[in-house]
Amino acid sequence: MNNGPHILVCLKVVPKSEEVGVDRETKTLDRANARQEINPPDMNALEAALALKDKHGGRVSLLSMGPPFVAAYLRVGLAMGADDAYLLSDRAFGGADTLATSLALAEGIKKVGGVELVVCGEESSDGATAQVPPGIGVWLGIPQAMYAMDLEYQPENRHIRVTREIRDGEEVLDLPLPAVVSLKVSTNEPRFMEPDRWTTQRTDGTVTVWAASDFDINPEHLGLPGSPTSVAGLKEAQGAAGGRRREMVTGTPGEEAHILYQRISEFLAGERSGAKER
Amino acid sequence: MIEPSYPAKEANGIWVFLEQDDGELAPVSRELAGKARELATQSGAKLTGLLMGGELASVQSAAALLDIDEVLTISHPRLQQFTAEPYAHAAAAAILARKPDILLLGATPYGRDLAGRLAVMVKTGLTADCTDLELEAGTGLLLGEVSGFGGGVLATIRCANHRPQMATVRPGVFPESTTTRSSPADVAAFAVEIPDSVCTVKVVHREKRQGKDISKAERLVVAGRGAGSDLPLIESLARLLDAEIGATRVAVDEGWATREQQIGQTGIITRPKLALVCGASGATQFTVGIDKADMVIALNQDPEAPIFEQADLCIVDDLVPVVRALVAELEAHNGGAR
Repeated sequence: MNNGPHILVCLKVVPKSEEVGVDRETKTLDRANARQEINPPDMNALEAALALKDKHGGRVSLLSMGPPFVAAYLRVGLAMGADDAYLLSDRAFGGADTLATSLALAEGIKKVGGVELVVCGEESSDGATAQVPPGIGVWLGIPQAMYAMDLEYQPENRHIRVTREIRDGEEVLDLPLPAVVSLKVSTNEPRFMEPDRWTTQRTDGTVTVWAASDFDINPEHLGLPGSPTSVAGLKEAQGAAGGRRREMVTGTPGEEAHILYQRISEFLAGERSGAKER
Repeated sequence: MIEPSYPAKEANGIWVFLEQDDGELAPVSRELAGKARELATQSGAKLTGLLMGGELASVQSAAALLDIDEVLTISHPRLQQFTAEPYAHAAAAAILARKPDILLLGATPYGRDLAGRLAVMVKTGLTADCTDLELEAGTGLLLGEVSGFGGGVLATIRCANHRPQMATVRPGVFPESTTTRSSPADVAAFAVEIPDSVCTVKVVHREKRQGKDISKAERLVVAGRGAGSDLPLIESLARLLDAEIGATRVAVDEGWATREQQIGQTGIITRPKLALVCGASGATQFTVGIDKADMVIALNQDPEAPIFEQADLCIVDDLVPVVRALVAELEAHNGGAR
């Protein structure tokens, strides 16, 4: 059972979305009070990787980019069953858009060495671009399968079979390794940490930290300088709240339903006559 | 800075990727064509539709009637079925040869697959999943509005020096263009070689589901967490209102509805006339998907639920008795609201 691929899971630690706002004065993100978490679909990516390792053997490495505190979250992954963890941590990596982020992660993956399958979450809850995994694919020159719902490793030819979501259905792709895949959120149930592993990993788990100087990359290609896009403005989403009437309907359920019925009928009648006029 | 593939001053024209599947244009392509026309009129740019595939003859004539100036086709047997690597290879070749200023794609699975690879191949910036697009006054740069943190924060993104300025746009964000040309647009073919090395992925199986496309529904009944106690009742309500059923992520995760019915940030952006939201708390991740509804009615037992900030009519009560009474009333009026 030890014919499994060397899998690397990209994990991102993000502030909990519901706890982030915009500072109206400075127009910058206010995440001082937001707690951090591992990006939820990345947990599905980790679970998918660990499940492949359970079945086929092999090795699961973790890679993240972020401040030093991220190491603690990588130890959670180690306690869940990952074998080793790497953290790209340097101010030079900061402020990166998807181009510079995917470059840094791809360099990290090369440096880990021998990785056959890169597994990511479909998108991060903070930036929500879903564009980093395909970017990693290009920097590494390997094929991709995004929005996977199921991964099946085929040891006989070292291919990966991916069931994934498309616009109005699903498809099954067959990819030779090495390859990069991303997992749809909630496609599996991430496991708990193993208590024994947690006891040792929480303090002794080794997270290898790499700085930009550990790589032979032009610093102009990393972080903020290496990012073609920039944020021109920021605001808190107001939704359509300003335009909504927020009228309260009260009474017994029967009375409420009656008012609702009348209002819906009026509204739809208005829509119909409006359509005729047009 | 990563060296741009070509200087901004050499770039010109707006391109829209016309996603097609089995000879049928994806609705988002028509939506993008409409918005791109608006931008092109503003800047005076030429508007090109990029159409890729194996055999394009029939879809090409449909594309040429969109409100665009030119269709650029890349036809190759290896593009018959979409796979990201050969599509990106071919599109990158066309971009480097013709140097567009702006490239817009639908944020569908295929559109995002292609965009993500292309942006790195041509070393440019990509603004993903835009909720609005405009040209910046003075500079003429493309500004893409995107939402982050589950939809709670809106950012405007710009790409100053690298070309093309790439953006993907979620389906449903812009209305479909209904303008058609009286005479077909010019069609130009771009020839490209696609090596074996980029065709290593095989499509084993592809299946379209017969699920309904709720992005175009005029009336929606939306099932949230609170709707789980009586799903048949929600179905009756939808049937009597002649509405489609949409769902929040919680409801989909619970198995009460399918992924195709999921509304919001990681689901579908809808623009119905009427949305009747049953038992959803109203997280921003969800409400971004109903922002464009003409009228939103919210039912929830929790008076503090944020959904009430986003609704025109608000009912704070237990869901089941109210919906049951509403269903009875609709039935009594012989399917009344139809």
